[in-house]
Amino acid sequence: MRGVVVIGALALVAAGCGSDKKKAADTTVAAETSVAAAETTVAAPETSVAAPETTAAAAAAAPETTVAGAASAGANLKKVKLQLQWVTQAQFAGYFAAVDQGFYKALGLDVEIKEGGVDIVPQNELAQGNVDYAVSWVPKALASREGGANITDVAQIFQRSGTLQVSWKDSNITGPADLKGKKVGNWGFGNEYELFAGMTKAAIDPSKDVTLVQQQFDMQALLKREIDAAQAMRYNEYAQMLEAKDPKTGKLHTADQLNVIDWNDQGTAMLQDALWANTDKLKDAAYQDQTVKFIKGSMQGWIFCRDNAAKCVDIVVAKGSKLGKSHQAWQMNEINKLIWPSPGGIGLIDKALWDQTVQVAQNTKNAEGKTVLTKAPDATAYDNTYAQKALDEWKAAGVDVIGSGFAPATVTLNEGGA
Amino acid sequence: MKAGGVKRIALGLSGFVAMAATWELYKAIDGKLGPWHFPAHADDASMPHLLTIGRRFLQPEVRDRPGTVLQAVISGSWYTFRVAVVGLALGAMIGLLLAVVMERFRLLERAWLPYIVLSQTVPLIALAPLISGWGGGLRIGSLHWRPWMSVAAMAAYLSFFPVAVGALRGLQSPQAHHEDLMRSYAASWGQTLWKLRLPAAVPYLIPALQLAAASSIVGAIVSEISIGAKGGVGRLILDYFQRASGDPAQVYTAFIGAALLGLVTVGLIKALEKLLMRNRAAPGLHP
Repeated sequence: MRGVVVIGALALVAAGCGSDKKKAADTTVAAETSVAAAETTVAAPETSVAAPETTAAAAAAAPETTVAGAASAGANLKKVKLQLQWVTQAQFAGYFAAVDQGFYKALGLDVEIKEGGVDIVPQNELAQGNVDYAVSWVPKALASREGGANITDVAQIFQRSGTLQVSWKDSNITGPADLKGKKVGNWGFGNEYELFAGMTKAAIDPSKDVTLVQQQFDMQALLKREIDAAQAMRYNEYAQMLEAKDPKTGKLHTADQLNVIDWNDQGTAMLQDALWANTDKLKDAAYQDQTVKFIKGSMQGWIFCRDNAAKCVDIVVAKGSKLGKSHQAWQMNEINKLIWPSPGGIGLIDKALWDQTVQVAQNTKNAEGKTVLTKAPDATAYDNTYAQKALDEWKAAGVDVIGSGFAPATVTLNEGGA
Repeated sequence: MKAGGVKRIALGLSGFVAMAATWELYKAIDGKLGPWHFPAHADDASMPHLLTIGRRFLQPEVRDRPGTVLQAVISGSWYTFRVAVVGLALGAMIGLLLAVVMERFRLLERAWLPYIVLSQTVPLIALAPLISGWGGGLRIGSLHWRPWMSVAAMAAYLSFFPVAVGALRGLQSPQAHHEDLMRSYAASWGQTLWKLRLPAAVPYLIPALQLAAASSIVGAIVSEISIGAKGGVGRLILDYFQRASGDPAQVYTAFIGAALLGLVTVGLIKALEKLLMRNRAAPGLHP
């Protein structure tokens, strides 16, 4: 008899939780929709407040926004899913801004942004058809491509690499050659190739001349001086150094206590955040058209974040990022530096940098003696057609897609990024 | 009885105090015994003072925004708890069903059991993104697959195993003379299951459910981290870990939340045991 009670009780619990969950989910959707609606109405005045550069963009976008109103009323929006590499943070601000400001909607797209996790591989999600587009670093995506993922780089959002090798000033590491004989932290998992290429270029054998240390995804090892140089993204881990207190002085660390090797200066940088599309689906005219629109909306989002960095930080923070506000502001500023200026226009793939990325990927051996790629990627690995089309449309509307006048802000970090 | 209760609470508390004292003692004597340090770091960035962690609970989670860390950890733990319970219920039902079928057909027991054991050797972090990917495209009517469902599925995947194995042993536990008695009544298979096997399985099910409950919490938290699903305490660990360099105490708040969550869940199963076993004779007195 009691066995029955167990099953009964469990079934009740399941039923109760099930309906509760569903309700919770429904309410969230409802809340989100109303927020989106409210935010869209807010969008108009804020766009007009923007810097002189954007006035053109605002003017161009204005008529389209009214069209969007009609389109959303008819519920004729095409659903599009974008997979990020990581959880919500300013690294992806342009996409969140494009959703928040209704830029995608104005182009007839209803974009859902899917956050990443520790084990989510965006390019696999894309190749398996779970999403329509994915954000991924070029070398990682090319490696997946060689493994059979049929994907194409359709817009190179970040024009520069954000990877640094950071060390304490008193270690006197100003260039890759100074790493000789030092304890060099690296992340592995395919994040280490710029560093290894840089050392190789400086005639250092990474397997003999340095002590390689597997680094955690934080800066504790360098903070405690267990290693001499640590890998860091300029928009994340580098900021973490400046958000940590020096136990001796009780004050935050400062940039002049640190030396930084920037792989962009060493000629071993690899392209990072790009928008990837499904190669097979790109044969389909409707998907091609949708891709141009998606890139166009994303460009508008990033242009908005260039000109309204503070507003974009607010958008990301409102999306539930737990990283502190000063950290997000720092990140937004650094991300803008990685994008702007975009000499050929935002999203356009620079052939020279692409070739450099492929060359490093093919020729640099990591600690296990592996290269990212065993052969050169084929011609469908990247395609500028769609980004060019989107750029032409923005240029025709008088929008600044190059950002040659972009001036980065100075961001002050608080303890813990708060 | 009452004195026993007080004693138990006192014992539990003293265990907690001893743990806290060990933590602070380890920090205090590190580096003081000689010119060397303990192999595991004891500095404030690796092991914040308990007072710092406690204080962190009461401070805002993100500056200039409402809500303390305590609120965030409680609401995250509550969310994970609900998802894990859905997974546990699902897993327990599947496990029980498998056990009943395997008990009925010995051939199936021999065919399935190795695979049931094998299922637990598949690493969770490999499976979670797969489930999340498969589920992403799933749509049943107006019901969309949501990330929390992937998390619940992983919790079920971990929790069905102890229930299946425990219930099978329990269902097989009646002795020959018990079964003979049922046969002498011309009881059907269903009646024998209802009146003999399932009640006999309860003492085996309770520890199995305790294991399953702990597994479901672990499964839920690991999956939340793995696929980045929002809302739960696993995601908080991930979020807070990102800030660990500058705010080491915050990670520990989420760890404490996750640990308490596991304790509470197992405690609830214990309470269920009391409820179900209240009319039973002590095992020793059983013929």
